[in-house]
Amino acid sequence: MVIYGVALLAGCMLVGLIIGDVLGQLLGIDANLGGVGIAMLLLIFVTGYLKDRGKLPETTESGINFWNAMYIPIVVAMAASQNVAAAFSGGMVAILAGVLAVVLGLALVPVLTGKKVDDASPLDSTPTAHSGH
Amino acid sequence: MNDSIVSLVDKYHLIAAFAVIGLTMYVAYWLSRHLTAGRLHGSAIAIIIGLILAYVGGASTGGSKGLSDVTLFSGLGLMGGGMLRDLAIIATAYGVRLQEIKKAGMRGVIALFLGVLVSFVAGAVVAIGFGYTDPVDITTIAAGAVTYIVGPVTGATLGASSEVIALSIAAGLVKSILTMIATPMTAKLIGLDNPRSAMIFGGLIGTTSGVAAGLAATDARLVPYGAMTATFYTGLGILLAPTVLFLAVRMIF
Repeated sequence: MVIYGVALLAGCMLVGLIIGDVLGQLLGIDANLGGVGIAMLLLIFVTGYLKDRGKLPETTESGINFWNAMYIPIVVAMAASQNVAAAFSGGMVAILAGVLAVVLGLALVPVLTGKKVDDASPLDSTPTAHSGH
Repeated sequence: MNDSIVSLVDKYHLIAAFAVIGLTMYVAYWLSRHLTAGRLHGSAIAIIIGLILAYVGGASTGGSKGLSDVTLFSGLGLMGGGMLRDLAIIATAYGVRLQEIKKAGMRGVIALFLGVLVSFVAGAVVAIGFGYTDPVDITTIAAGAVTYIVGPVTGATLGASSEVIALSIAAGLVKSILTMIATPMTAKLIGLDNPRSAMIFGGLIGTTSGVAAGLAATDARLVPYGAMTATFYTGLGILLAPTVLFLAVRMIF
């Protein structure tokens, strides 16, 4: 059933967020430390385990795939609810600080990635694969 | 008649949001195909349209949640809010190649620490350049350049003034919005086309909404890798900014 997939996804999210919350409390910070990332890893492990045993029928998968496919629309809704007006009213200090942080961050990506090696090869080189979303 | 339509749309706000976003996606993909011949990705255009609508909404209502502050579009706040966004991000992990994550793991961790440090220093340099000399002010603005959540949390911990905290939030918002727009444009230049560089990108930039939208506009298959590291960034920033990084700033000033 489709709901099994959605419930599996929800379960991984809740467990991940709880672990992230506990990690934050252990370090004494008022934030969730990596809860979403932990939930992602959980989902990868749990679905991998179920798939190996043939316990992940297509209908269950479609419950996860639906939310996967809703990702970009949700991000567009997120963009539409950003406080863009406040970002521009913060003045030059805010704009320059933000811009500099992004420019330096982007510039460091190739530095840390290093030389192109086998394990850093593109997912695939056919641009048509993008159109699926 | 008009009133009843408005109240109906308001009542079914999430459903209205699905329809509005669906229409936005359609327009964006149409523009991508016919105006840019597919060079600018449809989702990139959709995100830019979203940001423009957010500006219009925010400027006309004076609210803090972009277009979702307009009654007719209040469902956008739920659809694009943290709960559904995180659920969808986690769903993208389905089908991820675990070896890719293992292979880039160490670099991802380095990227995280370096990312927080570099953004913090960038913010601090700008704050000092604009004549701020109080270590609390400098640290708060610098923390804002990490993310718009790290800024106010750090400012509140250190007892910064509300103007400086507002400034730090604005710095974080600029970072997040610029990331959404600049990532698809610079992706080729910085080699952002594989899981490893996506994980490093997520760690270096870190602001979840920026990374999520920036990668979506570049190549949706990179999203889980970037999101995986970015999700630790804000927590790490909140851990480092009011403590180690504040002490470092105070030692210099």
